[in-house]
Order: sequence, then structure tokens, then C-alpha cells
Amino acid sequence: MKKIFKLFSIIILLSLNSYSAFSAEKVEYLKTDWSFKGLFGKFDRASLQRGYQVYTEVCAACHSMKYLSYRNLSEKGGPEFSVAQAKAIAASFEVTDGPNSDGEMFTRPGKLSDKFVMPYENVKAAEAANGGAYPPDMSVLVKARGGGVDYIYSLLQGYEEAPSGMTLDDGVHYNKYMYGNKIKMSAPLSDGIIEYSDGTNASVEQMSKDVTTFLMWAAEPSLEARHQMGFKAIVYLIILTILVYFSMKRIWSRVESEV
Amino acid sequence: MSDHEYTPKSKAGKWFNDRLPLLTLANHLTDYPTPKNLNYWWTFGGILTFCLITQIVTGLTLAMHYIAHADMAFESVEHIMRDVNYGWLIRYIHANGASMFFLAVYIHIFRSLFYGSYKSPREIIWIIGIIIYLLMMAAAFMGYVLPWGQMSFWGATVITNLFSAIPLVGEGIVTWLWGGYSVDNPTLTRFFTLHYLIPFLILGLVVLHIWALHVPGNNNPVGIDIKKPSKDTVPFHPYIVIKDGFALLMFMIVFAFFVFYAPNILGHADNYIEANPLVTPAHIVPEWYLLPFYAILRSVPDKLLGVVAMLSAILILAVLPWLDTSKIRSAVFRPLYKQFYWILVADVLILGYMGAMPAEGLYLLIARVATAYYFLHFLVILPVLGLKERTIPLPLSITEPVLGGSPNMAMAKKKESKLE
Repeated sequence: MKKIFKLFSIIILLSLNSYSAFSAEKVEYLKTDWSFKGLFGKFDRASLQRGYQVYTEVCAACHSMKYLSYRNLSEKGGPEFSVAQAKAIAASFEVTDGPNSDGEMFTRPGKLSDKFVMPYENVKAAEAANGGAYPPDMSVLVKARGGGVDYIYSLLQGYEEAPSGMTLDDGVHYNKYMYGNKIKMSAPLSDGIIEYSDGTNASVEQMSKDVTTFLMWAAEPSLEARHQMGFKAIVYLIILTILVYFSMKRIWSRVESEV
Repeated sequence: MSDHEYTPKSKAGKWFNDRLPLLTLANHLTDYPTPKNLNYWWTFGGILTFCLITQIVTGLTLAMHYIAHADMAFESVEHIMRDVNYGWLIRYIHANGASMFFLAVYIHIFRSLFYGSYKSPREIIWIIGIIIYLLMMAAAFMGYVLPWGQMSFWGATVITNLFSAIPLVGEGIVTWLWGGYSVDNPTLTRFFTLHYLIPFLILGLVVLHIWALHVPGNNNPVGIDIKKPSKDTVPFHPYIVIKDGFALLMFMIVFAFFVFYAPNILGHADNYIEANPLVTPAHIVPEWYLLPFYAILRSVPDKLLGVVAMLSAILILAVLPWLDTSKIRSAVFRPLYKQFYWILVADVLILGYMGAMPAEGLYLLIARVATAYYFLHFLVILPVLGLKERTIPLPLSITEPVLGGSPNMAMAKKKESKLE
């Protein structure tokens, strides 16, 4: 039994080791307390709603979020806007639909079932408008970066003057946390760039935290359901394991051998 | 096998059984005499069967929603994660299930290495097992390609390109595998087809694996031949069934932890970026379970020889029953072999670690030494050791120690309880 644990701990240590080694060239990321981490982790509803506001007023100018629908905004485990609010949000976007019976494309206000409207028609248009760099789709961005939420949170606050001796091309910015330290996106956040509808002070740190929380939800909309089910499943398994253990002892007591 | 002829009690049962002896088979499986000293390392066969069934069931469900097309595969995976009821659960079980499957198979293989289960008369069981392992690697690799993320695409490119190392026909073979001049939609659709097919081939081989096992019966920690049935054996049901069940539940707790609390920790972040043939990721790394072989591949400077070394590293296992010259099965009675066994375990773990690191400097050097040692173990140490080693005398049976209680038996027992 001891050896099993030894083996397991070696495997886990190794996997954790190599996991962190992939993001080895890193500086230490900024840390904050994420409400969604841990066995019972849940999203902070207010933070998600503020995060959506940051996304839609700042990020959405360039970054698409093509796998999300407006209906997701009112679903359980997410920002949980009321259905009426989500409908109003959807209706504030123009959606191209069609063709109609005349064979023409037309625009109409968005509906709950529509996917988030994209800022650009296609990747080429997005590149052309952003100096050749494609602003990545944000639907699963958090899961697509080695450092996850900590990386995004740090990156948003990592803009600094380039160290002397480093030359930056036009339209390239220095960021402490970016891979290679050069990023085409200019610092997207500055204090007070938006006015939170719930009156929270819109500091860069606050906005970074909110929008990162929102991105985490966007990438993992079933996180809360997963944590809840996981706890139940594991408790169930542990109880069953204990019961089976005693049944096993009982059955094996008929032969003199040990189990 | 039980020595009495089985006859069903009911008339209908007898009628049916005379025409198709399924009831005889069921009786054989429940009565199957199993050594009673099997430890928990022996429960991984049952665990692996569970893993295979889990992968097939979740895989079938995923296939109902997945679209095997280069333009739609990535999106369809997100559709499963977001819009399919409990799609996230099914996908995370399937993705982590692959890792759990390999974790279990590595324990199963190393158990066999420790207790000499591959030796006569169990060579065929062992060889079928190696074929299953090869098919598992193929299935896992092709499955990893299906989400069509960056690591899928570039992993597929790197691995299929290995075939180009074959002289003269290499390039032609690669084009044939791809169904074009690069990894693209035709590659994806054929990988999906094969990924769907292979698990059923594995299932068939598992039946043969178990059938071949039931001819000589299980090996055991003491590694001696035992009379079956006898005082040394217990019927498979209920003794082994409940013990396997208990171990399976423990395994499922670990499995559940990954699925519910760390579902992406074993995958690579880059695979959440849609495949882009124009952008190469900074490091192309395979899944953790293929890393030791990846390290062997990269530690040989020549491409063709690297591929040969990697394939030999796996295929050498198939001839292991003839490389190991020792007549004694269990490492419990082979003091020297036991030490070399643990060195091999460490060697493979080191290779796995080096496979995840960039192939340069000290990493490359260590990988080369570890690769050389891997082959040294099988080609030199094992054959020589079998001839030279002074083994500890074996007990006569599991229950009856040699005349008046042998100290060796007591020692073996102590060793066993330590392992448990």
C-alpha cells in the first residue's frame, strides 16, 4: 500500500513538474484570489457581470468570442443576467441574417439564440485592421494559454516602458509577461476607462480581475456544475469504497489468506 | 479450470447449453481457480477492462456530436462542451480516460516485468498484450488529432513525417498516409475512421488475452506453478471479483479527481488553439504517455536510426520472454534482478521527463545515456543475469512452506505484505 502511494506521488510530482516546466521561461505571474478555484469554487456573479461590461466595452472592439451565444449570459452558473437583460443585450447588436425571400441579406436586432457578433468579417479583415496581428478569439483563450487565468490577469497589467537597449518596432509594445516580451496589442486598460454600472471603482487591477473571471467562465461555462457534481461523485465513491472494503474483508475471512 | 463437467440444472438451460455452451463459459469464469496470494498489482487487468469499456461508451457518445472535418472539428468540440447535455462531462471522461488507461497499462506491464509473468508458459499472453499496447498508442495518437487544435495538427505532422525516414519509398508513404501533400481534411477523416475502429480490435485482442490467460492460469507473486484447483487457489467469484472491484473503486476516485477538478492538466494548452498550418507552436510535445519513446526518438541524431530506435524500444518487449534467460519468474527470489528492475523503472521515468524537455544541452545528454541504458537492460543485463545470478530457493507451494517452515517463505510473505 505504501508503495502505491509512493508511486502515485512520484507520478503526480513528475506531471506537475513537467506541467510547470512548459511555461518555464516565465516570470512569476501576479496572483490574486480567484473565487472559482478549489473544490467548491464558484464564480463571483457581480465580477462576471462587470467582466462582461469590460469585455463588451473594451475587448470586443477587436476580439471575437464566436462560440458564445447571448442566451449563455442568462444561463445558470454564468453572469446570470435576467432573461430580459440578456434579451436587451442581444437586441443592442445588429445581426446579419438571410437570405430573405428576395434572396437578399438583411440586418436585424440580435436574439438570445444568436452567437456573439464578431468585430470583423474574417481573420484577414481583423489582421488588416490590427497591423497584421490577429486578435485571438476569446472563447477559450484562458485554456489556450499556459499560465491560464494568472497569465491573462498579469498580461493586462504587465505593460511597462521597454528596458533600455531593446528596440521596438512601430505598433509593438513591451509587456513583462508576454512570451518574448513584445506584444502588438497596446495597453487595453487604464484607470477609469469605463464606468462600472454597479459603481465599483474601475481600476486597472479591478478590471483585469473582472474580465479574466469573465473569460474563465466563457472558456469553462460548466465549471460550477462540474465542481458540484465532482464533490458528490467523489463522496459517493469514497462511501462505496469503504462498504466494498468491509464486504471484501468479510468474504476473504472464509479463506485464511490476507487481503 | 474445474475438473468436473458442468451441466445446467434446468432443462431449458441444458437444451440451450448443448447448442451454445454459454452457460459452461459463465461457469468457467466464475469458478476459475485463481491463486489466493495475488496482490493489488494484479487488479489492473480488471481496471484496464473498465478503462476500455469507458472509452468505447464515451467515445460512441462523442462521435454522435463530433464532426470530422478540418473546418468544423474544433467548433464541434466546443459545441459538445457547451451545448450538448453533459457533453463536457463525457468529453473530459474520454480525454482523461486515455491518460488513466495508460497509467493502468504501465502499472500492468511493470507488474508483469517484476513478477516475470511473461515467461513460459505465458509468452502468447504477453505478446498479445504488447500488440494491444501498440494499438492503444495508435488509437491515443489519432484521438489526440481529432479536436484539431494546434498540438493535434503539429503532433500529427511530426509523427506521420517519421515515415519519410524510410529510404526510397518514405515520401510516397507519407503522402499516402496524409491523403495529400500535408496534414489536412483527408488525414482527419481517416484518423477518425481508424480511431473508431481500433478500440474494437483491442476488444477482440483482450478476449484472446484473457483466453490465453485461462489456459495456464494466473501467475502469482511467488511465481511458482501451483496445482489448480487446490488449497492455493480461490474461485474467481466472489473472491477476486470483490477485490478487483475494491481496487477499481480506488482507481475511480483518482480518475474522478482529474475529470472534475483538473480536467485539462494532462493536456497541452496549445490544443485549445484551432489548428493553423501557418503557425508552428514553440514546442511540439506528445501526450505524457508517449514521452519516453519521444525522448528515445530525439536522442538519436539520425532520423532513420531514431525511428528504428523508437520502434525497437517497443518491439524489444515482444521478444522479452527469450531475452530473459532466468527460469525463476518472481523478482522476489532474484535479488540482483530486483535492483536492475527498479533502475529500469527510474530509467523510463527519466526518459519521460527528458521527452518533455527541449532536446538540447544536458537534457539531450541525459536522454542519450538513458536510451543506451534502456537497451542495455534488455539486450545485455537480462540475458547475462539469468545465467549468473544466484537466486533464493523457491517454496514448494503458496500455503505449504518447505519442510517445517522455510525462512525464505516467511521472507517472501513479508515482501508481499510490504508491496500491498
